[in-house]
Amino acid sequence: MLVQLARRTAILLASLVVASILVFWFMWVLPGDPAQVALGTGATEEAVAEMQARFGTDRPVPVQYLDWVTGLPQLDFGQSYVTGAAIGPLIIDRLLVSLWLIGAGMLVALVIAVPLGTLSAVHHRRPLGTALAGVSQVGIAIPNFLAGILLIGLVSVSWQLLPAGGWVPPDQDVVQFLRRLLLPALSLGVIEGAVLARYVRSTVLNVLREDFLRTARAKGLTPGRALVRHGLRNAAVPVVTVLGLQLAVLLVGAVVVERVFVVPGLGSLLLDGVANRDLLLVQGVVMVLVVAVLLLNYLVDVLYTVLDPRLRATA
Amino acid sequence: MGAVSARPDPPPAVLDVAGLSVRTGDHALVEDVSFHLGAGERVGLIGESGSGKSLTALAIMGLLPDELSASGHIRLREVERDLLSASETERSTLRGDRLGMVFQEPMTALNPLMRVGAQVAEVLRIHGAVSGREAATDRARDLLAAVELPDPERIARRYPHQLSGGQRQRVMLAMALANGPDLLICDEPTTALDVTVQAQMLKLIDDGVAARDSALLFISHDLAVVATVCDRILVMYGGRIVEAGPTRALLTRPRHPYTEGLMAASDLEAVDAAGRLPTIAGSVPPDGRFPDGCVFRNRCPRGDDACQAWPGWTGEQHDGVACWYPSGSGREAGRG
Repeated sequence: MLVQLARRTAILLASLVVASILVFWFMWVLPGDPAQVALGTGATEEAVAEMQARFGTDRPVPVQYLDWVTGLPQLDFGQSYVTGAAIGPLIIDRLLVSLWLIGAGMLVALVIAVPLGTLSAVHHRRPLGTALAGVSQVGIAIPNFLAGILLIGLVSVSWQLLPAGGWVPPDQDVVQFLRRLLLPALSLGVIEGAVLARYVRSTVLNVLREDFLRTARAKGLTPGRALVRHGLRNAAVPVVTVLGLQLAVLLVGAVVVERVFVVPGLGSLLLDGVANRDLLLVQGVVMVLVVAVLLLNYLVDVLYTVLDPRLRATA
Repeated sequence: MGAVSARPDPPPAVLDVAGLSVRTGDHALVEDVSFHLGAGERVGLIGESGSGKSLTALAIMGLLPDELSASGHIRLREVERDLLSASETERSTLRGDRLGMVFQEPMTALNPLMRVGAQVAEVLRIHGAVSGREAATDRARDLLAAVELPDPERIARRYPHQLSGGQRQRVMLAMALANGPDLLICDEPTTALDVTVQAQMLKLIDDGVAARDSALLFISHDLAVVATVCDRILVMYGGRIVEAGPTRALLTRPRHPYTEGLMAASDLEAVDAAGRLPTIAGSVPPDGRFPDGCVFRNRCPRGDDACQAWPGWTGEQHDGVACWYPSGSGREAGRG
């Protein structure tokens, strides 16, 4: 098991290095010199050269890469070409906001998907199961920005129950924090829950056909207790895989939803960076998103071996 | 079956199955099956795949898939209610306690995510046979030792995938026998095992039921296996019992042409003129679409017009045959 963990960790580190090279390279091949962009088209060559020296972009590319990448572990993402501010603290700030949103969205998704998927599997031959499967199908068909707009229209504008957007940090005012978190989390989570419910349904259906579930009933468990005691953990293994993949989707969904609800998260920061041609900032945010996805996949792999002893081969 | 009324007073049966049918929609997969088992009695249920043996067992256990329905009567000693009209909750209290079952496929019958010791302990705790986790663990280890698993302490902490097929099947047997059931059903318990461990497994089943005076319903397609374990044999074909009798008599003087065919097919010494091993002509029809009347008539060497009607049961419930032309009756000479 330790060998496997070490191997997985090595793969993670290698992926991180490759990802950082790719992210850096993509930004570097983009047309438009940062110094030129900062000074405008009318700048003299001397002024541009001076700016390049200040940004450090006059140095050889590998040196620039090494300079950037060695700062990352200390959360040093460099200084913005546009505002001159340190990017690291900015990203951390915004990341915390996004994590609240994604975490709450995932929670909503799970709270919807696990009971909905399990029920529709258990009742799959009866009207209830078909109805639940239909509901989840409708959910999948709605993009989450549309769900956000609909929620704002209904809950904030028509019923005036919750604010339509904005952000209050939890340490400032918990109630206001929750009131502003709820709608974006719902528009992110409800759709995600619908997608996930289908996976839960199909894995539970498979587990229901397993011999060991029949054994559990032969031991004297009622069908419901057999499913809870023996079935759900077995169903969790494939669901965790999808959960890992869907979290990456959720990260991307958050970029859009943050825009709709004016939440100052990582997604808003990314879009601002793109709008201002703040390349180093964009580079930093993209890197953080990539690290998050890689880290999630790593955690999913580790979680597998915790859930399923068959994957703890000692090879 | 007319024989029921002619039956002399038997000792009180542990299990009494009467007129059991299993249907999918309007199509019968098991039809009018009746038999009984006394305490400590070992009865073999033999037949090809698709003959309805396993469905009969699952109907007794109450584990039929949702799309199948059972009718008739199944009575268990000291249980007031007919099992087929009992609720799921009532039936689940009997399963694992008074009824134990070992399934054919040991590789998939155990929960892959749970240590085998805990799986054995669970059946004890469900029925309150022991109180407390530790007592259950200790008792589970004793049960694993009783099925002759080496180093039961260590095996108990293993996951199913770390055990061989034979070891897993012993774990299944330990679970099925844990609460000293009145009836143990073994559905092809050795079919998936290596020949070398089959004999061991049979001996463990034999010892296990003897120690608890449990009745045994042993399902197999293997005549040799059934002959070593069982006192009596029921032969099933096309969802019906076509012959029943004491093991020795049935194997030395089979009456039903299907039983004769099974016997001939399991005799590996005999060959026909062309040097081929004997077989039963044809095969079990797909989806259980057996002919009306005698279910075996389309494969039977003696079949004629009379066989378009079901022959009915001749003899005792536990010693009889359902055939128009049974061997030894003198009638088979006049086959059409």
